Amino acid sequence: MSIFVDETTRVVYQGLTGSQGRYYGLLNRDYGTQVVAGTNPRKAGEDVDGIPIFASVAEAVAETGATASCIFIPAPGVHDAVIEAAEGGVKFIVSVTEGVPAHDEARFYNRLRRDFPDVQLLGPNCPGIISPGKCNIGITAGHIALPGGPVGIVSRSGTLTYQALYELKQKGIGCTTCVGIGGDPVPGTSFIDCLAAFEEDPETKAVMMIGEIGGSAEEEAAAFIRDNMTKPVASYVAGVTAPPGKKMGHAGAIVSGGKGTAAAKMDALRSAGVQVGLNPTEAGELMAGIVAGL
Amino acid sequence: MELAGGWVSRRVQEAAEVDLFEYQGKQFFAGYGMPVSPGEIAFTVDEAVAAAERLGTPVMVKAQVHAGGRGKAGGVKFAATVDDVRTHASAILGLDIKGHVVGRVWIEKASDIAEEYYASFTLDRSEKKHLGMLSVEGGVEIETVAEENPDAIAKVWIDPVDGLSESECRSWVAAAGLPDAAVDRTVDILLKLYTAYVDGDADMVEINPLILTPEGQVHVLDAKVTLDANSVFRHEDYAAFDETQSRDERETAAHEIGLQYVGLDGSVGVIANGAGLAMSTVDVISQVGGAAANFLDIGGGADVDTMAGALEVINNDPAVRSIFINIFGGITRGEVVANGIVEALERVTINSPIVIRLDGTNADEGRMILEPHFSDSLQMASTMLEAAERAVGLATTASTGA
Repeated sequence: MSIFVDETTRVVYQGLTGSQGRYYGLLNRDYGTQVVAGTNPRKAGEDVDGIPIFASVAEAVAETGATASCIFIPAPGVHDAVIEAAEGGVKFIVSVTEGVPAHDEARFYNRLRRDFPDVQLLGPNCPGIISPGKCNIGITAGHIALPGGPVGIVSRSGTLTYQALYELKQKGIGCTTCVGIGGDPVPGTSFIDCLAAFEEDPETKAVMMIGEIGGSAEEEAAAFIRDNMTKPVASYVAGVTAPPGKKMGHAGAIVSGGKGTAAAKMDALRSAGVQVGLNPTEAGELMAGIVAGL
Repeated sequence: MELAGGWVSRRVQEAAEVDLFEYQGKQFFAGYGMPVSPGEIAFTVDEAVAAAERLGTPVMVKAQVHAGGRGKAGGVKFAATVDDVRTHASAILGLDIKGHVVGRVWIEKASDIAEEYYASFTLDRSEKKHLGMLSVEGGVEIETVAEENPDAIAKVWIDPVDGLSESECRSWVAAAGLPDAAVDRTVDILLKLYTAYVDGDADMVEINPLILTPEGQVHVLDAKVTLDANSVFRHEDYAAFDETQSRDERETAAHEIGLQYVGLDGSVGVIANGAGLAMSTVDVISQVGGAAANFLDIGGGADVDTMAGALEVINNDPAVRSIFINIFGGITRGEVVANGIVEALERVTINSPIVIRLDGTNADEGRMILEPHFSDSLQMASTMLEAAERAVGLATTASTGA
């Protein structure tokens, strides 16, 4: 089992005809992902290495039965692309692009929640999602992930997501699904969404969570773990020694209520029973210990 | 995510926030029809005096820095006469406020104040909605109000799809307990402030204080604005604010070649790919008893030009005693990174020893490319921890001259 995506997931790539979309779309297909369609209103009827191009997501869904979308479109077009995907009928949307304005993110997040409550958005500004051996959507290098289980991974940081997969693979530990949620102000999928899904997934026996300084997502995840998780969690929070970041003025400081430092996040996680490593390697070792004891 | 050869200009993404000076913030607000006082910016004492003569005294002389607590630091003065302006401008220009040296002062027509309020909009990341805050206890730091008298802050959460309606805004102002005389004008200002926040793609807009004058006018007396740098594609004029961001010398050099760089106080120069890995590298250096000289994320590409530029920036930092290059190849392949390092070293003469940790995709191929170049000044370590220990050891040896 895995969460959100598996071998039955059929993916349409918005922007498959662009250089980035083509590169990663074909890499994903090589991995085994069912890449069933691309979209580009000006190139409908053409194909990219045999993958048919449609004018819209709605047409791609109607013709190919696509269930998920991956957006490889420059930041100015991401807002409309997300809405198009939801209106087109896919249930899972991955938005890789970085540099999307925060106001756009706030708008499409709330629009989806209201009008398309059964649609799950991942990103923007995330590496994507991989259920090793089944489906890889986004820019994760597939071969650094070992298929199987028993660990689920959720991470806010791109390269540390890869690092986590790699640490586990070195130890011979497999992964059910690895979700990179991205570090933007309004992530479509939160730590909690993933933790809840991993808790439900019978094949996932333990969860590795990689956090970062800033915001209060890790503290909220800690509260969720304390109250709702029966499966063990190991964690690492990057930025222990980072100088106080650029705060968003007084108003921002109030919203976070003094939260946001790595120390506060690690404390919150520890008091929720999470094993916290001081670096990615240590977190990997803690997870190896957890897996050995399962 | 940083994509290899991505389409997003690194120059744009690299500073996610753009802080405006007070006067820039007021000009921004004025553009949305909000009432601000007439004023002029001055870079010298003579300019300040000339501005005061044009505006007519009394005026306020206000330091323009990206730091709070200007008043306490002596950066904001009332000037009854032009002579006072000369005295205060002389004292304030060049003043160091929390590490920011004042290079410009805003000369503004002084206002009579009956009452001071606080108003702001920002994104509440937890609720994923916009948050408006309004308080009759303005003029002091809002954190203090939040701590000592949280009930004095009226909050409103706004769905970004719906926006802020006039009736919601009225209820919000009523909840804050503003006097009747201030209500209509405050509602008008808050609606304009929300428009400025949304249409202007601001991360935060704050007015503290928003004042009520004895004549019953409501007026913006201070402005704090942080813009979202990711929105410059629809606000071309924001590029002009780039010049007024505060950066140290090293940060400016890195910024010019489009690198994500934050200067730190230690002696181990850091180059890593990805923000998380770069932060993690700084952490690990500290855990083994050292201190990083910088945070530097070269992104996913790690090509020759980027690597050479990064090495140059670090090499020019006199505090650097050793360099730790930490690369995890995902989509980026190890041999590409290794070739980048080798070529970069041919272009730039590096003063400090380098320790490389290279893992992930095709790391073995990368190591083979680097191997012929290994020496005391170019070493390879197999793990992050080992690399950090070696880099810290080399930095310590170099600084003790042993």
